Amino acid sequence: MKKLGIILNGLVNENPTFVLMLGMCPTLATTTSAINGLGMGAATMFVLICSNLVISLLKNLIPDNVRIPSFIVVIATFVTLLEMIMKAYVPALYESLGLFIPLIVVNCIVLGRAESFASKNGPFDSMLDGLGIGLGFTFALTLLGMVRELLGAGTFFGMTVFPDRYGALIFVLAPGAFITLAYLLAIINKIRKVS
Amino acid sequence: MKKLQSSLTNMVLSLGIIAIAAAALLAWMNRLTEEPIRLAELAKQESAIKEVSPAFTNSPVAEEILTSSADGEQAACYPARDNGRLVGVAVKTVSHNGFNGDIELMVGFTPEGNIYNYSVLKQGETPGLGTRMVDWFKTDKNRQSIVGRDPARDNMTVSKDGGDVDAITSATISSRAFLDAVNHAYGVFRQVSGQLSAAPVAEAAPADTTGVVTNN
Repeated sequence: MKKLGIILNGLVNENPTFVLMLGMCPTLATTTSAINGLGMGAATMFVLICSNLVISLLKNLIPDNVRIPSFIVVIATFVTLLEMIMKAYVPALYESLGLFIPLIVVNCIVLGRAESFASKNGPFDSMLDGLGIGLGFTFALTLLGMVRELLGAGTFFGMTVFPDRYGALIFVLAPGAFITLAYLLAIINKIRKVS
Repeated sequence: MKKLQSSLTNMVLSLGIIAIAAAALLAWMNRLTEEPIRLAELAKQESAIKEVSPAFTNSPVAEEILTSSADGEQAACYPARDNGRLVGVAVKTVSHNGFNGDIELMVGFTPEGNIYNYSVLKQGETPGLGTRMVDWFKTDKNRQSIVGRDPARDNMTVSKDGGDVDAITSATISSRAFLDAVNHAYGVFRQVSGQLSAAPVAEAAPADTTGVVTNN
């Protein structure tokens, strides 16, 4: 049951977006639609799992003074791998996420988990932590994208719910990201207080 | 295993080994994905050409003509032929006047010089406003569609500037940039159309499929 706890921890108690408030830049910028949010979340999850695994395997070989540069090299390697794979096999998604894929390198969630979890725990637990945090991030981004897409463009995962002339364009633009995130945070804090 | 001390040799060695391993992994992956990436880009170009030209049987990409417009902008032309007869020309151009970065277009012309269709390859316009250019100028409503028009006869600028095309509502800058690219494309089309309509006899029918490069 402890293993399940690690995953749930990332998804609920330490949800990177709603509780830790980390990685706000990709959160706000890429969630113009549900599918973009899902893609960005999945991409970050891949990097998290791989980098957590490798870093926990290497943790005793890396002297403390050079741990941050070493972690960054490991993370950057996986991000670049991911970038090449996406370019080759899912070019459409790669184009819509654009600049934000290479920016996963400096996503504080990834480095944060490497520093606070993977460098202290075993490989399997670290992988589970990556999975949990990744799922939490994906869930948050997809939710945010879903709300913004529905209110802004009147679609749900690309399917038309109501004609887009009734949509409030502001939700697809940058201010809508802040507004939606704030309301979602308020709702989630309320739920957390109650339970 | 005990954690390594932070001595100079340890630090240099561990960071160096990690960097070398990362470089090797990336080099291997780069070789593995080089071909799929090239194919994906080619497929994207082909599908854009298919969208903007009538049905063709040759390989327009293989017949690519690289040229530049009057003001020195790079452009590429892709002649579409049906059994050797020229049915359309797709022209790829760019405009630097976009609201947020360059706008790259593929514009298809019939051999007579009418606009057949267009496809937006790259744009960074404001979502919900400028991004509507993707289908705005194809929608047959008022004077907003450019499909079927002949830029030699119609003034291809927005109505605000005295032209014959209705701009996208609240995205005049994007519309101007879009039409700017269309006009570029037309200029390039005029430039190459003479040489293209003369060419098809020389490399008639089946030879086309082998991909003859007419890069002159």
